[in-house]
Amino acid sequence: MSSTSRKHLPKRGADRKPARVRPYSLTGGRTRFGHVLLVETFVGATAAATAGGGTAALDAADERRELTSGSLASIMPEMRAIVELCRRMRTVAEIAALLKMPLGVVRVLLSDLADQGKIRVYGTGTGHGTGRPDRALLERVLSGLRRL
Amino acid sequence: MQPWQADRTRAPIATKIVVAGGFGVGKTTLVSSVSEITPLQTEALMTEASEETDDLTGTPDKRTTTVAMDFGRITLDDDLVLYLFGTPGQQRFWFMWDDIVRGAIGAVVMADTRRLKDCFPALDYFESCGLPYVVAVNHFDGSELYEPEDVREALTIPAHIPVMIMDARRRISVIETLLSLVGHALDETPE
Repeated sequence: MSSTSRKHLPKRGADRKPARVRPYSLTGGRTRFGHVLLVETFVGATAAATAGGGTAALDAADERRELTSGSLASIMPEMRAIVELCRRMRTVAEIAALLKMPLGVVRVLLSDLADQGKIRVYGTGTGHGTGRPDRALLERVLSGLRRL
Repeated sequence: MQPWQADRTRAPIATKIVVAGGFGVGKTTLVSSVSEITPLQTEALMTEASEETDDLTGTPDKRTTTVAMDFGRITLDDDLVLYLFGTPGQQRFWFMWDDIVRGAIGAVVMADTRRLKDCFPALDYFESCGLPYVVAVNHFDGSELYEPEDVREALTIPAHIPVMIMDARRRISVIETLLSLVGHALDETPE
């Protein structure tokens, strides 16, 4: 089939002036004490936060199917629920999804917990200067994807 | 459960790819096809500035809106985890996707040739912020099959950016799409 017989595809930009694009700015995501909380940032509870007590809650949480653990937030205060979840390595997005809370709210609570020393915020694979993954990381992702 | 989840002494390296496109184009299907977990959903507040009022000389009208994001996960190595974030973008708005775009490898912009216009905002956005992207035309059964070059021309995509026809339901097809994006991002990253 030749391209002329195909239905006409709408052309992007045909009906408007050249876009006046607002420059993209980097804001947000950084907490009061400099923790960077991107959606994929890993956080984990510190030993101090999980020492003593809470074991029963941990076991219960582990047994519960993860997708239904939105109920965790209803049986304990939000901050406590986050620390419990963080007995495993979790990402910011994962915590928001499991507790059924908006990302922005979770980020504020995580920031407070980090300031209190109850959770540790880990770095991501993002290069420090550029804000983009570096070549070494991209090469690793490529090899990882090829192995799938 | 992955071994890295239980080890709180060190975190794996986390990286992410954004999957964008109009409503119903197959973003969640794509994420589901390769994710090792059932995709999770979270809600984010986003700032939108309507295109009509986007004037560089003044303060544009800005509103916040709540959007749902689906995301999945692929453990690529003992210490390397890739997240896929499906972001909405069917509206004719400039979204300030700061949270999701910042630090990302790049974006897969999904297109459906029956509703090609739905992917225009996503393309405009990634072009404006300079994030590497590829165009993935999700071919739906029974819809007309176009050549990648027809779609490239309609979308005015530069020659160095990959445009592919794929099937979001097929794991292999999705992996090929992701490989294409990461390869392209590598080409765009200085030595």
